[in-house]
Amino acid sequence: MLTKFTTLAATALAVVTVTTTAFAAEAPRPPAQEWGFSGLFGTFDRGAQQRGFQVFQQACQSCHALEFIHFRNLTGIGLSPEEVEAIAEGYQVEDGPDDLGDMFMRAARPADRIPPPFPNEQAARAANNGAYPPELSLMTRARFFGHDYVYALLTGYRDEPPEDVELMPGMYFNEWFPGQQIAMAPPLFEGAITYEDGSPETVEQYARDLVTFLAWTAEPELEERNRLGVKVVLFVIVLTGLLFALKKKIWSDVH
Amino acid sequence: MAEYTWKSPTVRWVDERMPVFTLMREHLVDYPSPKNLNYWWNFGSLAGIVLVIMIVTGIFLAMHYTAHVDHAFESVQRIMRDVNYGWLVRYIHMNGASFFFIVVYIHIFRGLYYGSYKPPRELLWMIGVIILLVMMATAFTGYVLPWGQMSFWGATVITSLFSAIPLVGDDIVVWLWGGFSVDNPTLNRFFALHYLMPFIIFALVFLHLWALHTKKSNNPLGIDIKGPQDTIPFSPYYTIKDLFGLGVLLIFFLGFSFFAPDFFGEPDNYMKADPLQTPAHIVPEWYFLPFYAILRAFTFDIWFLSAKLLGVIAMFGSILILLFLPWLDRSPVRSGRFRPVFKVFFWLFVLNCFVLGVVGGNPAEGFWIPLSQASTAYYFGYFLVILPLLGIFEKPLALPSSISEAVVSKGHSPVPEAAE
Repeated sequence: MLTKFTTLAATALAVVTVTTTAFAAEAPRPPAQEWGFSGLFGTFDRGAQQRGFQVFQQACQSCHALEFIHFRNLTGIGLSPEEVEAIAEGYQVEDGPDDLGDMFMRAARPADRIPPPFPNEQAARAANNGAYPPELSLMTRARFFGHDYVYALLTGYRDEPPEDVELMPGMYFNEWFPGQQIAMAPPLFEGAITYEDGSPETVEQYARDLVTFLAWTAEPELEERNRLGVKVVLFVIVLTGLLFALKKKIWSDVH
Repeated sequence: MAEYTWKSPTVRWVDERMPVFTLMREHLVDYPSPKNLNYWWNFGSLAGIVLVIMIVTGIFLAMHYTAHVDHAFESVQRIMRDVNYGWLVRYIHMNGASFFFIVVYIHIFRGLYYGSYKPPRELLWMIGVIILLVMMATAFTGYVLPWGQMSFWGATVITSLFSAIPLVGDDIVVWLWGGFSVDNPTLNRFFALHYLMPFIIFALVFLHLWALHTKKSNNPLGIDIKGPQDTIPFSPYYTIKDLFGLGVLLIFFLGFSFFAPDFFGEPDNYMKADPLQTPAHIVPEWYFLPFYAILRAFTFDIWFLSAKLLGVIAMFGSILILLFLPWLDRSPVRSGRFRPVFKVFFWLFVLNCFVLGVVGGNPAEGFWIPLSQASTAYYFGYFLVILPLLGIFEKPLALPSSISEAVVSKGHSPVPEAAE
């Protein structure tokens, strides 16, 4: 009985391992970082999330949209409703039509989405040398090993490309970008963003905080998911144990 | 069994006019089951339960989903972020598709090993093959609905396959798409079909059970039930065993849904479909990879048949061939336990399916191509050459005279796993 289960479990495990390694072989894997939000009990570091939002505001949002985040969602990074309202008021969004049929600009409210930097893809390309800066709120899930990848990308610029690489005009060398030539200029510089909580103002720290923030924008349900998941799975394990005991008892008169 | 009188007057009143309770009692409680079924027999009922989970979660998702190319991707994100527990319902549905296939594939391999397709269960088996086909169509249309990059390009690649049909191929593709590319009409009809087909599966499951209960379950010994001493009532014995099995499944199923919801998915599908940008590698979901490998194994034309058409025929043939299995395997012995040579080829067949899966997930280049051709050859060779020949040349072991005898003599018999 038990041996049968061990065989089953071992087979399942072997299959999973073999298939995962078979598919992981495609692209070079970015170096694995330690993230506080990974694992069964993972949670987001509120400080890192808020600093990451600051990095997004100062280094990313002039080109990149954060399509699926509303200001109201920002309570999820530990901001109070008042703080969220104050942040929203700093943005202008288009509203309307008004009674005369005209569109107009007004200060954003918590219910609004974070406004995109460009009205459409063409405008974004026109302003960015033909490149289209992707939407970021799902970025960490839209790449293999997304968190490590975004971190590696942001810290993977090199001033001088290797000698055998001919950079196309307007492109930058980045070790981790597919093809290694990226249209995005290095967005992070040491000391360029001032942290108020005394965290180190290094490119690595900025990147780490930004990834934490983007991990949250991609999976805002993560903390609730982990909390509920632990309870649900523990419950099912106990229930299964009881069902097994009952099965043993009911079957004891067969044979 | 038929003599049972219902205690509740209401139940009796209904039952006398329409014996629905008697029917349920006959099939869910009294159904005489072989007493020696092992845990591989759990996967049929598990598949039924996963089907129900998929239908229930799917209906709730449909309440919030918008089948339009401009809104589909956004509406899925809305489900994930703004609908109460929408993320949970979607993760269960998403991972449920994978677990449905895991359970059903194990169920099929069990049938293959224990000869459950052999007389008198041929029709039962064939209905099962049809269920698999409809399931695949359901999964394929469902994967298109989130309208991510892989949704769009997967749909484009697979629907384009029909263009390989001579003369009318291109017209068929336009007809399938409802236009000249995968676009809004395609998404709309896929949504309609994705909602329809699970109910067809549900109906087919009833036929599957009807056929099963007419000829009764096969068992690990593959010998017929000889009398009441060989059977136990379905309830409570197999209801509790199935419930325990369900618990084990749920640990894994919910474990993935909560802690690794993207494990079976593709990152590309978190980018909205863009008809102007082809992903570097277009791969179907893992459960289609073996068939995708067979499709791509044909890199050469034969006479007037193009490589593409051959691939398409082989891919569909790889499933349709299962319909003929009861007549390809001529061995009178059902269970692989008493077929020493069959056993070896069977496990090679299982291994070969995994090889096909890995091949299907890798780009069609280098040594993957000959490997895919060798595995495809073995896949078809197993059904068309090995099984027919084994039926003639293999010397099966002696069969026990009855289920109950084998169960009682446990420990000395050649059937160590026969009883619990």
